[in-house]
Amino acid sequence: MILLQVESISYSISDKQILDDISFSVAQGQFIGVIGPNGSGKSTMLKIIYRHLKQTSGLVTLFEKDLLQFPQKELAQNIAVVSQEAPVLFDFTVKELVMMGRTPYKKWLARDKDEDYAIVRDSMHLANISHLTNRYFSELSGGEKKRVLLARALAQQANILILDEPTNHLDIEHQYQLMDLVRELPITIVAALHDLNLAAGYCDELLVMKDGALFQSGTPEEVLTKETLQEVFRVNAFVSKNPFTEKLHLFFYTEQ
Amino acid sequence: MTKSRFMLLLWILVGVLLISITFAVMLGSVGITPGIIWEILFAKLGIPVETSASRAQAIIIWEIRLPRVLLAALVGASLAICGAAIQALVKNSIADPYILGVSSGASVGATAVILLGAFSALGMYALSFAAFLGAISAVVMVFLLARVNGRTSVIRLLLAGIAISMVFSAITNFMLMMSKQQGGIQAVMHWMLGSLAGAKWSNIAIPFCTLLVVFILLFMNYRQLNALLLGEESAGTLGVNIDRFRILIIIFVSLLTGVVVAVSGSIGFVGLIIPHLVRMVVGSNYKYVLPTSALVGSIFLVWADMVARIVIAPEEMPIGIITAVCGGPFFIWMLRKRRYSFGEGE
Repeated sequence: MILLQVESISYSISDKQILDDISFSVAQGQFIGVIGPNGSGKSTMLKIIYRHLKQTSGLVTLFEKDLLQFPQKELAQNIAVVSQEAPVLFDFTVKELVMMGRTPYKKWLARDKDEDYAIVRDSMHLANISHLTNRYFSELSGGEKKRVLLARALAQQANILILDEPTNHLDIEHQYQLMDLVRELPITIVAALHDLNLAAGYCDELLVMKDGALFQSGTPEEVLTKETLQEVFRVNAFVSKNPFTEKLHLFFYTEQ
Repeated sequence: MTKSRFMLLLWILVGVLLISITFAVMLGSVGITPGIIWEILFAKLGIPVETSASRAQAIIIWEIRLPRVLLAALVGASLAICGAAIQALVKNSIADPYILGVSSGASVGATAVILLGAFSALGMYALSFAAFLGAISAVVMVFLLARVNGRTSVIRLLLAGIAISMVFSAITNFMLMMSKQQGGIQAVMHWMLGSLAGAKWSNIAIPFCTLLVVFILLFMNYRQLNALLLGEESAGTLGVNIDRFRILIIIFVSLLTGVVVAVSGSIGFVGLIIPHLVRMVVGSNYKYVLPTSALVGSIFLVWADMVARIVIAPEEMPIGIITAVCGGPFFIWMLRKRRYSFGEGE
């Protein structure tokens, strides 16, 4: 079933074209990776999908309904986001932050019910942060912070989870830990990823972006070829297989 | 902060507030015992009690001291919750309720009444009316200046607030400069520094109702206020309609601040420091910050007004001087605390 359909969206600021005629669709349960060099428009495209930005032209539909028609609350019940940066003004405890994921379900004066506490507990358990419940967010390490924000997004119980470079600033252990964690989630995921080997190892489908346009899309095997990598990322690559996971693995080199 | 500890804190603060109010009513040239105060209070509320109070004592307590002390509590609570809300609105720790131009606008109105006799048809309500009108006009201007492409920009709100405040202060200063009446100038100064001396039962009703309504509205939206602290983008992804919510907060806050300034002048510092002090104890969650700020703000102002009354008795010190003198050093002490980051996050 198609959850999200992106139909030839473009985005420009004054005269500068940031995104150019992008179309793709997201089916239920897919893990879609968005890859591309810096400035290729990955984050901008994600921001349009979670409606922080409004496309200049084109249409995004969620459950066959125009995304722009959704009330903000209903949108947040469907799409949860872990964005690149999480500037937290003033300090909250982990529990408080994760509980904020329940905001879209709350009417005025509604109390936090047992159900909400249960969801928060489960989300924290899934994100592996149960031991941090009463800690302050500012005291946490980068990896812990990412997992807290992930738990908050999970508490939204949305249909689609959008991750903007979730492994940024994480050490190698936490990168794999986080990717393992999200892959196991029974949820549809669209993630912008920098590390191509992570993208190859975890995603069902990849969207390759170049200069604000969708260059190519398909399975990692279809997309991550020597030619594409040369043209989009300007690197020489040797495409191989990871002997342990049987997934695609890339080796990069320059000619010097 | 756990829920039970928070409730305990709340009850303690309610107790402290009641004791402070009792104490503040006792204070003055006519000696009054705490027992008499409560007897008169119960009698006025229609509960039959034996009272030993004389008629004079009853009048002093009921007509003069109690309204004033209650106004102090109302003003303190109002400024504190407005400060807390506005700090979330502009996501900035230096914000106070006057940052959108309320006090400078109110000053123009008040000065026009005191020096030029504007709105004299309104009699004793002219001052409050003009101050409120000035406050609201200033906020409306700031708000319109901050609108770009149908959205309210935070940085423009702050800068427009500064610009409008400058213009309005210039108008006030111009009126002061051109005035020949010494007494009038002094009255304006007194008003601008804040005073609760004008408190009567008739003029605390409006602040009370406004405080009640605005407090409930803000408290109902505590989740949205929390989300605002995470930034515009995150708040949006949590289902907060940012633009509409900002407009609501601006309306609530400027309404309440305008009403309070109209009756008491622009008492400084309360709206800035109380929310920070409260966050040091209960954390940033607005579910706890709002009620605690209201109580701490009212306790603080009840005491500040007591000091204002006695420090140069029988003259009265403007309460704004007291809040600044007490608040300043305390704020500096807070600045040196490491645990509390004033919202810097890291």
